[in-house]
Amino acid sequence: MSRRDRQHPWPRALVAGGALVLWPWRAEAHLVTTGLGPVYDGIGHLLMTPEDLLPILTLALCAGLQGAGSGRRVLSVLPSAWLVGGCVGLLAHGLPGFPLSALSLCILGTLVAVELPLPLPAVTALALGLGLGHGVLNGVAMQQAGTGVRGLLGSLAALVVLVALVAAGVVSLHQQWTRIAVRVAGSWMAAIGLLMLGWALRGGN
Amino acid sequence: MRPTRDDTWLLPWLGAVTLVLVWASLTHAHVALGQAAGFVTGFGHPWSGFDHVLAMIAVGIWGAQLGAPAVWLLPVVFPIVMAHGAFLGLIGLPLPGVEVGIALSALLLGAMVGGETRPKPVVAALLVGAFAVFHGHAHGTELPAGQSGLRYSMGFVLATGCLHGLGIALGLLHRWPTGKLALRGAGALIAAMGVLFLWRALT
Repeated sequence: MSRRDRQHPWPRALVAGGALVLWPWRAEAHLVTTGLGPVYDGIGHLLMTPEDLLPILTLALCAGLQGAGSGRRVLSVLPSAWLVGGCVGLLAHGLPGFPLSALSLCILGTLVAVELPLPLPAVTALALGLGLGHGVLNGVAMQQAGTGVRGLLGSLAALVVLVALVAAGVVSLHQQWTRIAVRVAGSWMAAIGLLMLGWALRGGN
Repeated sequence: MRPTRDDTWLLPWLGAVTLVLVWASLTHAHVALGQAAGFVTGFGHPWSGFDHVLAMIAVGIWGAQLGAPAVWLLPVVFPIVMAHGAFLGLIGLPLPGVEVGIALSALLLGAMVGGETRPKPVVAALLVGAFAVFHGHAHGTELPAGQSGLRYSMGFVLATGCLHGLGIALGLLHRWPTGKLALRGAGALIAAMGVLFLWRALT
């Protein structure tokens, strides 16, 4: 192993990931036979729903900027809260008209942009609030899509992987410009949230 | 003291990913009504007004001229304050003299670049923030109905960031003496355009 590879494992990980993706494998087009269809639906739902995805990514950025301890705390609290919220959502009837995604992005994006040092209980509260709120929305979506608990578990799996990767990636950033890039991303998230909030108050979709 | 790691090896990867993301490829397979279209419309909106484009590029160039911390402070301040302005526009709160404010932004920001003015970062941020309100308000009142608000906002903010990035990239010319002169010339040109915008706004 070269010295460069020892210092930077990402290129090797990217090559390995690319090889895995390109590896020829039997495609299960009709997943009903395996029973995994709803799980993949749940994974796909989270990855293709920016209303949930962006707040999660912003929380992961926030936790990463706060350090490894906060990242570990979010990784433990957020999925649990998501699961509880999701179960509530599965049992709920309909969605309340509340711009939760907009508010989440405003608050979390601002925290990332200003890089305010947060105590661990505050990080826990953020993860708890986000997990419960967006978990309920996700649970309702799963109920309406008919994917049920397995769909919820799929979204949970995607959530854990995303938060772990993003938070760990941000924790490992040491160069000043890379941390500034994260803060710029936070300011963009806050701006998106504020625009969404205005849009919601105007009566748009 | 813990030694800092060299993360510059990330740059080629970031460049490649950015290239893939910005590559113009038309993929409208079963677009849900107003979803992808919302992102495309939002991304295209900031580029549609020459006065907006010049002002936002000027912000990037000025930040690059000023160096750290302004180079990152201004592009952080502008989108957030602009979103506040857009919020006011969206909820229907009127702001007098929007077009005049936008024209003045091109004029004054161009003058700052042309004169290579170096105020304190806080003053620069306040100036940029004040103008961002006018730009945001104008955008907020022009947002089209019937499209996904989130996707429109994503495209809109991303395009604004791209314009600032373009300005910062141009501002890298500041490292060379000829580049400095070129940037000051560009600033003067933007200021001159600002005068034209102001004339049109007042008549």
